[in-house]
Amino acid sequence: MANKILDINELKREFKMGSETVRALKGVSFTVDAGEFVTIMGSSGSGKTTLLNILGCLDQPTEGKYLLDGADVKSLSRNELAKLRNRKIGFVFQSYNLLARTSALENVELPLLYNADVPAKERKEKAIHALEAVGLAERMNHMPNQLSGGQQQRVAIARALVNEPVMILADEATGNLDTKTSYEIMSLLQELNSKQGKTIVFVTHEPDIAVFSSRTVTLKDGRVIKDLKNENVKSAKEALAALPVEKDEPPIKETA
Amino acid sequence: MNVFNLSHLAGKALLRNKIRTSLTMLGIIIGVGAVITMVSIGEGSKQSIRSQLSSMGSNMITIRPFSNITVGGGARVGSSGLRTLTIKDALAIQNQAEFITDVSPAVSTNGQVINAALNWPTSLQGVSPSYLDIRDWKLVSGIPFTDDDVASAAKVCLLGQTVINNIFINGEDPIGKTIRFNKIPFKVIGVLDKKGENTFGQDQDDMILAPYTTVQKRIMAITWLQNIYAAATDEKSSDTATKEVKVILRSNHKLKYTEDDDFTVRTQAELISTMSSTSQLLTVLLTAIAAISLLVGGIGIMNIMYVSVTERTKEIGLRMAIGARGVDILLQFLTEAILISITGGVLGVILGISAAKLVTAFLAWPTLVTQSSVILSFVVCAVTGVFFGYYPAQKASRLDPIEALRYE
Repeated sequence: MANKILDINELKREFKMGSETVRALKGVSFTVDAGEFVTIMGSSGSGKTTLLNILGCLDQPTEGKYLLDGADVKSLSRNELAKLRNRKIGFVFQSYNLLARTSALENVELPLLYNADVPAKERKEKAIHALEAVGLAERMNHMPNQLSGGQQQRVAIARALVNEPVMILADEATGNLDTKTSYEIMSLLQELNSKQGKTIVFVTHEPDIAVFSSRTVTLKDGRVIKDLKNENVKSAKEALAALPVEKDEPPIKETA
Repeated sequence: MNVFNLSHLAGKALLRNKIRTSLTMLGIIIGVGAVITMVSIGEGSKQSIRSQLSSMGSNMITIRPFSNITVGGGARVGSSGLRTLTIKDALAIQNQAEFITDVSPAVSTNGQVINAALNWPTSLQGVSPSYLDIRDWKLVSGIPFTDDDVASAAKVCLLGQTVINNIFINGEDPIGKTIRFNKIPFKVIGVLDKKGENTFGQDQDDMILAPYTTVQKRIMAITWLQNIYAAATDEKSSDTATKEVKVILRSNHKLKYTEDDDFTVRTQAELISTMSSTSQLLTVLLTAIAAISLLVGGIGIMNIMYVSVTERTKEIGLRMAIGARGVDILLQFLTEAILISITGGVLGVILGISAAKLVTAFLAWPTLVTQSSVILSFVVCAVTGVFFGYYPAQKASRLDPIEALRYE
């Protein structure tokens, strides 16, 4: 029996907007097992951002149960939530959210600073290891503005990996990237999922990204309308190879 | 997060905005520098007044006769006309008072001093050998007169510089020469060092010192004393010494409980405290002005920290998302504020000390950088950092991570 990383049951979230109550989530239930690669799909307004915030322990549900790796999130204080985010969740954002004028290595070290269990000596080692895992070890001293979008997102993934979380929570992680780079990132995530057994929850609204995951949960109007195992998982590496070779540089005209 | 991590983080954050950080720091630097310089000017002037007064003998006690007795017609008798102080009183003080080290009886008169064809009006002070110790006066040449000279009412004297300048010209050595004061010959045995004018503009070099017995018997023909000078063991004990002297004199003069003192006792310390309080006021005023500039510097920190928190909202959101607790964020921003104020404080101390030295070098004002002013201004600026850094830091720590992450 696979270990349940996520277990949500009848999750509800309401917001008070003046006198009106907006019900963003109207009872969402599903579980994610260790080693799964799940995409959560949904158009805007479907409640996926709200769900993401709750899954990321940034927000608390109004009603319902949320167990993250066995811990009941609802009963935790602000500080305990912070600790949970630090140890159990690796965030990857759409806009990378790297600290400017801070080297890739230091960006990756950041979560370790808030982890008292990791002694200062091991920090650098762990950060380098995480950067190696995303294939950016040679660029660890580069600043974010010296890296391409795809590379920045890899640094962000390394940052998400560094504390060895139980789940990587990606929020539209390919949203700012072109098709080729998106495929590269997806290929990296697939590799982390298959080779290292990382559990990945990927929130997106792009159906062509969802095909790379093993399961797709679709939200609409605050409810799960579809929860399908993807029998035919596409390999991002192959998709990448199949892309037509772009001719970035126009042929140089010889001048007579 | 330990202190090292925090200061490392804060230092990095500050270095990312070098110009802003240094401008913020400048407020503190100027504030602390101003406090130290201003206090040093105030303290310097206080010290110089004090040392000027000390040159008159800061532990000197002056005893004069005093009376409310009136003679015919209701005119009150001035102290010099009173005959109540005697050599017995001086001896009693010398022998009985614990907090008195030296005692000198004193009489003085004015007259014309003559050397060959030159003459000069001056004052002749009759004192005992310990008078030089009480006043802390030195001889530049010759020897002082002795207790034997006092006992025998010897006609010897010590000359002040002004007297010498007026009756010995062409660099003539006065030692061993005989001068006349009101026709009585005195042998010059020593020359007093130049003392200049005192705080009240009197020329302290225009005088002749001789044994008081000589002046009493041979010049003034009196048996009583006009003054008694005494030295307290140190400046602090001069109050105690004053009380002692009063008790001794009252018993010596057989004054009844109901009778007023027939003498007055004054200390130099009183004068010093009066003069010091004036310069103390100056110090307070200058410090107040400087403290305001430190306050303005503190407000500068607060302002910049608020801007910084707003500007780095997204960073705060990220840090929270990856596991920073509110207190971690609070401490980070607080550390930044403290780092600014402490670095500014250190530079301010350096600036203040250098400015004080420059003031002394170029304006020739006396300055004195006291340890307490350095410590105080440094502590104040560290407290300023905490105080003005706290609210922006708290604002940062209370941000909602979701909102902060979406902040553009």
